[in-house]
Formats: sequence, structure tokens, C-alpha cells
Amino acid sequence: MAGLGSYRRPLPGTQPDYLFAPYASTLKRAPTRPLVMLPQTLTELTGPVFGRDEVKPGDADLTRQHKGEPIGERIIVSGRVLDENARPVPHTLVEIWQANSAGRYPHRTDQHDAPADPNFTGCGRVLTDNNGGYRFVSIKPGAYPWRNHPNAWRPAHIHFSLFGPAFVTRLVTQMYFPGDPLLPYDPMFNCVPDEGARQRLISAFDLDTTIPEIALGYRFNIILRGPGETPMERKS
Amino acid sequence: MSLHATTSQTVGPYLHIGMTWLIIDKLAPRKVAGERISIAGRVIDGDGKPVTDALLEIWQADARGNYGKPGFRGFGRVATDAKGAFKFTTIKPGRVAGPGGQLQAPHIAVNIFMRGLLKQLVTRIYFADDPANAEDKVLELVPAQRRATLIARQVGKRGALQWDVILQGRDETVFFDC
Repeated sequence: MAGLGSYRRPLPGTQPDYLFAPYASTLKRAPTRPLVMLPQTLTELTGPVFGRDEVKPGDADLTRQHKGEPIGERIIVSGRVLDENARPVPHTLVEIWQANSAGRYPHRTDQHDAPADPNFTGCGRVLTDNNGGYRFVSIKPGAYPWRNHPNAWRPAHIHFSLFGPAFVTRLVTQMYFPGDPLLPYDPMFNCVPDEGARQRLISAFDLDTTIPEIALGYRFNIILRGPGETPMERKS
Repeated sequence: MSLHATTSQTVGPYLHIGMTWLIIDKLAPRKVAGERISIAGRVIDGDGKPVTDALLEIWQADARGNYGKPGFRGFGRVATDAKGAFKFTTIKPGRVAGPGGQLQAPHIAVNIFMRGLLKQLVTRIYFADDPANAEDKVLELVPAQRRATLIARQVGKRGALQWDVILQGRDETVFFDC
């Protein structure tokens, strides 16, 4: 598209392929035919905007959605959403979901024999601020077993869903916790060969955002695709 | 300073917890101008089984070919049910600018998320019998024998369209890399 520029291609090794045999569910769901290269047209360069009327301030605190407090280690998860040129992505929707502290989801298909927590749904959302910043209050999710391979366990993680300014900036990812011994065994965490890319999925413990006697702070910055060398036509 | 986009990860089997607070299956309130359509279909995996845990996101222009104008956001989000089925109602989008400044045929962009996808699938819905399909530069990039997978067809009454997502095999839906 003349004048509109386009978003960068991923650095090789930093984004997963669809077919990844160690993650068994990809086998019957990954495309088997070649993808068709799609030029980024106005359709791909635009995207939906979400407003303050859809996201309430309380939606970012997962510990205050029920009568009582959830069981578990209280955490503050905060960070910034930036593009690949390190520009903040303001006012974009961030959705998260996670297991409770015992590794159980309140979902009809979760059969894990671990206690449910009536005070924890594990769902939150927020709009980033002017500087691309976001902040959630939650509890640390537990690890849980899955049936991908014998004795398979997912490391503790929080699902993140982000929109950014365009159809092509849409990203769903997972945030992990530092020092988790399950990470080397997890096919999802290890779905890309680039070691740096994997490490960037791990949040950092952060004393600055830790609230004394209340909650541990973890920092997790998220990078969305950014405009390439051709400058984007910017609308004021 | 140059950074690299965060690695995509699957939505997993419990996506509903975080994503179904925002189900939008009626994209166009009554006052929005345009030809009313409904698009229904199923998502089918490589074993021919329905995918009961998929989520589709829709992005489209209004009837005049504008994205994100006040009154019509053009965004939808639907989940598949126990039969792998989804449905949404909207208006048929107008033509928008495409490669080389030539107008594209009316189309809807779709992102598909599910367990077993480490990143979303990208596809498009076009409309059967739209004469603009014949000159669409994106459709031209698709092998002719596979183009039908991108085209919603009328079933039953006017405006009721069907479009299925076949993940693998002979009739595999065309997915894009953009």
C-alpha cells in the first residue's frame, strides 16, 4: 500500500511454527498446505479500538472479584506494552486469564484434582495508559498437569491477549515466572529455537513494584509488531 | 532502539475464562446502514472432528468501505460450541483500498485462536457472486482451486451465508501469512 508502510516480519526463530510435534495438539490443527503471503492492506493495517466504558478499573484486580479473598501468594504484575521500535502502545486492551493458586481453572473441561477457589475466577483486563503501562493485582497461579506426554506439567503462567493498533499486531502469549523448574520440560515455552525470545517470556521479580507486607511484584514487558523501515503514515 | 515482538503462545483450552466476556456476535446495530448478512459455519480438525474450543475474531469495514468509523466498530468475536459451530450477524462490508491502490473485493478478515495453535490463523471471508472477486489482487495470490475455501455461500434465505473452517486436508481453508 503506497504511503501506509507495513509491519515488520518476525526475526527468524522468535515466533513458533504452526506444526510443533512436541505439542501434540498441533498435529491435527496446524495447516498442512503452504500459507499464502498476504500483502498488508488497509484491512491488516487497521484494527479495533476499545473504550473505557468496556473496561472498568476493578477489572485489573483479580483478588477482588468475589466476596472473599482468593487463597495464594498475592502478586502485582505490571509492565509496558511497546512496539518493536520501543514506542509505547497506549490505550490498548490487555486481557489475562490464569489458574488459581492450586493450578485449577474454573472451566468445565478442567479435570485436575486440585481444589477450586470460590473467590477466584482468574480473569482480568485493562487498557494501557498513555505510556503503554499496565498493572494487574492477582495471585500466583499454580502449576498443573496436562496429558500432552507422560508426567507433563505446565509451568505456572498467565495468558495475555493484546490488540495493538492493527489487525497484524494482535498477539496472544503467556507470561512465566523466574526460576520455575518446569520451564525446561514445557513444549509451549520451548516452541521457538531462539533462546532470547524464550527468556523474554519470563517475568522478572521486581522489588520496586513489590508492596511491603502485601504483594510480590513481577515485571513483564510485551512487544508488539512495529512498523518497518518505511515510516508509517501517522494520523494525529 | 530495536526490539523483537514477544513470542506468540497458544490460548490453550481455557481461553473462555479470559476472552468470552467480550462476545460480539451481532456486529451491526439496527441503525447501521448496509446489507444484513449472517455467517454461520463449523471449524473442523484434521480428523474431521468439530473443534469445540475455537474462537474467531472478525475485522471488517462498513458498507462504504471505511474502517473504524463511529457507529460501526467492525469488530466481532465468537466462540465455537459443542458441535464446532459458530455464527455471527453483520453487514456486508464495502470495498477498501488494496495493493497498488486498486479496490479490493468486499471481505472480512478473521483471526482464529484455539488450543493446538501456537499463533493465530489468519484467513478471509469473501462473498459468492460478487463481481469484484474476479479482479481482487489478494484472491489472485491464492491458487485457483483453493479460492472457494475463502468464499461464503448463500444457504436458504437471502443473506444467510455459510463458511466453514477446515484446518487440514483436501479442502483445507486457505490461511495467510501477513
